[in-house]
Amino acid sequence: MYLNPPPQPVPTSPETAVATALPSTQPLSGAQATLHALLAEGVDTVFGYPGGAIIPIYDALYDFKEQLNHVLVRHEQGGIHAAQGYARSSGKVGVVFATSGPGATNLVTGLADALIDSTPLVCITGQVFAHLLGTDAFQETDIINITTPITKWNHQVTDASEIPEALAKAFYIARSGRPGPVLIDITKNAQMQKAEFPPYQPCNHIRSYRPRPLVRSEYVAQAAALINQAKRPLVLWGQGVLLGQAEQEFKQFIEKSGIPAAWTILGAGALPTGHPLNVGMLGMHGNYGPNVLTNECDVLIAIGMRFDDRVTGRLDKYARQAQVIHLDIDPTEIDKNVKATVPVWGDCKETLPLLTELVEARTHPEWRQRFRDHDAEEIAAVIQDELFPTSDELTMGEVIQQLNELTQGEAIIVTDVGQHQMVACRYARLNHTRSNITSGGLGTMGFALPAAIGAKYGAPERTVVAVIGDGGIQMTIQELGTIMQTGVNVKILLLNNQFLGMVRQWQEMFHDRRYSFVDIASPDYVTVASGYSIAGRRVEYRPELQAALREMLEHPGSFLLEVMVTKENNIFPMVPQGCGVGEIRLK
Amino acid sequence: MHQQSIDRREYNITAYTENQVGLLNRIAIIFSRRKINIESLNTSPSEVEGIHRFNIVVVETEDVVRKIARQIEKQVEVLKVYFNTNEDVIWQEMALYKVPTDVIAERVIVERLLREHGARVVVIRKDYTVFETTGHREETDKLLTVLQPYGLIEFVRSARIAIIKDSQGFHHKLREFERTEPSPEVSENDYLNSRDKVFTM
Ligand SMILES: Cc1ncc(C[n+]2csc(CCOP(=O)(O)OP(=O)(O)O)c2C)c(N)n1
Repeated sequence: MYLNPPPQPVPTSPETAVATALPSTQPLSGAQATLHALLAEGVDTVFGYPGGAIIPIYDALYDFKEQLNHVLVRHEQGGIHAAQGYARSSGKVGVVFATSGPGATNLVTGLADALIDSTPLVCITGQVFAHLLGTDAFQETDIINITTPITKWNHQVTDASEIPEALAKAFYIARSGRPGPVLIDITKNAQMQKAEFPPYQPCNHIRSYRPRPLVRSEYVAQAAALINQAKRPLVLWGQGVLLGQAEQEFKQFIEKSGIPAAWTILGAGALPTGHPLNVGMLGMHGNYGPNVLTNECDVLIAIGMRFDDRVTGRLDKYARQAQVIHLDIDPTEIDKNVKATVPVWGDCKETLPLLTELVEARTHPEWRQRFRDHDAEEIAAVIQDELFPTSDELTMGEVIQQLNELTQGEAIIVTDVGQHQMVACRYARLNHTRSNITSGGLGTMGFALPAAIGAKYGAPERTVVAVIGDGGIQMTIQELGTIMQTGVNVKILLLNNQFLGMVRQWQEMFHDRRYSFVDIASPDYVTVASGYSIAGRRVEYRPELQAALREMLEHPGSFLLEVMVTKENNIFPMVPQGCGVGEIRLK
Repeated sequence: MHQQSIDRREYNITAYTENQVGLLNRIAIIFSRRKINIESLNTSPSEVEGIHRFNIVVVETEDVVRKIARQIEKQVEVLKVYFNTNEDVIWQEMALYKVPTDVIAERVIVERLLREHGARVVVIRKDYTVFETTGHREETDKLLTVLQPYGLIEFVRSARIAIIKDSQGFHHKLREFERTEPSPEVSENDYLNSRDKVFTM
């Protein structure tokens, strides 16, 4: 056994001995034990794709149809992105099945994406028989070593008896502390082997793993003191607020302290877009005010965010004047990119109330006026034209603006990667937390279509709109088949600029308009969708836009709406690569 | 950049870990993805049952070493990581020297050199003799250079092992660690809490 031995029940009296012995009436296969473990962990939906090395688990699944919903995707990458979407919309652990070899390697992109964006996942891969390991057997890959740098933890199981404990650990590790993806590789013999299993024991402690740091009150006090004497404080928040389910605690903190707060794209929605202290998006294509004023604030309070380089731009020109307070559950993030004056290591659900208690009630009227002034500048220079264009061509911004009017900020917006992603994240109205699902840290094209499918399973009562570019949709377009087969209701808003737009923008701005391989041809998407029995429509002119969006939203099932937008439109503001956030350009 | 290279020095990283398949790889890639060369690596069971000890030597700045130590400690199966400069540790490497036996038998000077360097005989055969010394790199190197002219056949040196000078041992640290960062027996899965006897396999 590689794992820590599970705590042994101590039979103190004949009754207890009977009680623990009773349940295991008949031996189960490792595959059955796997599914029982998933049910015990509260799993209701699994995304996956079968194959030889995982057939025993699929065979067992045949008898679990009532309890466990399995979604057959069209590619394992689609499966793992769907599980990510499910996890992000529901707050639960996403689960994926894949077979060995090519099935397992197709998970790699999703694992890397989930690790960098802290998404809790448990991936279960089939593996060749244990006696064949290391022999280059058919469909054998060393998936444990392949995925080591892109998992929070991984483990290979070669004996059925290890399965419950391995899965209990997997779920505990995936969801606790800073969440992340875990992969459990189960050899075929272990899936088939019969064994008697003791009652399922959830895992809630691993000797060497401390997911929840103890909060040091002296640091909280130091942070509060800094905040109380600050004249121009600024809060930057990230996904840590959502992952810690600390949205309420966060709101109370900023409302009492009166500090303007800006978000990273993964933090979007933790505070409603319309909240008066929400001053917009940070980073390369973020809003003008929060970027410029990052370099003017005196105290910077970073909450559950990791100072990604897309947020900070050049570090030697980043907030040099500010004292930095950094709240994070992961000690490796503290001082990693930006040196913290006061580190507050801990779960922000715990640390924020402590801080709120100690901070003075303030309103910072003049300082907040600075943000409004910059907003006015940005509206005049960029936003007005983007959302209410006077030219004939449709812009991405006005499509999102019209969508906002119809959804009233109630929908989940899933975005792919590119210009449309920046536009959707900047302009989408989000009234609720867990409403913005995007690939932030890895920037994975092809993410949105499968992630939207998963998001709908994770939050069936909500409207899910996937905003995708003409490049990104072609990366995982096969998942239209998953929609067709399952009947899941996903609205696909395809913004077609006939280019790999974001790359084209860089080529225009930094490579003398040398458009090298960014002119991408598209199929007739509405026809493709109809081939999958998915309703669709294409829009080219402004007068049709609103009705088409309404048709999409009101359609009883999935719907693909293709909107032809300006071919060469650029996303501004922009902090060019190699520049400081203070050098953000409006044009 | 220049300033950084001045500040680079030898650091001894000590990691206490669970004894797990694959953990060496997890730790090694923390160095390789940053293009940091490992000068020396030793791993062996510690005095605590089931806990292994890694001893890793790198030449880096303190800032980089601190970040690496945190990254290593972040791994699920790692209990605790310390890093120390050479001044803060007692460290040793072991070297084996294989020399033709006839040379030793005939040349008194060789015998004297070996004695001067505190070498011990490990094996004597008709064709060769193996000596062992333990010490810092310069010490084992010195014997190497003096033996070379006398037909040294083979030489091998171990990775470095180090012990922290002011430490009261890992037991103490582990207890301290448990005291300052206790692991409360919380179940983070409410679903499972509410369904205690959920089920049985
Ligand atoms: C898998 C993958 N390959 C390449 C890229 C690089 N990339 C980033 S944005 C982009 C263009 C996206 O084009 P499109 O999907 O049409 O969206 P648009 O920018 O036009 O809105 C590319 C190629 C990426 N992020 N992911």
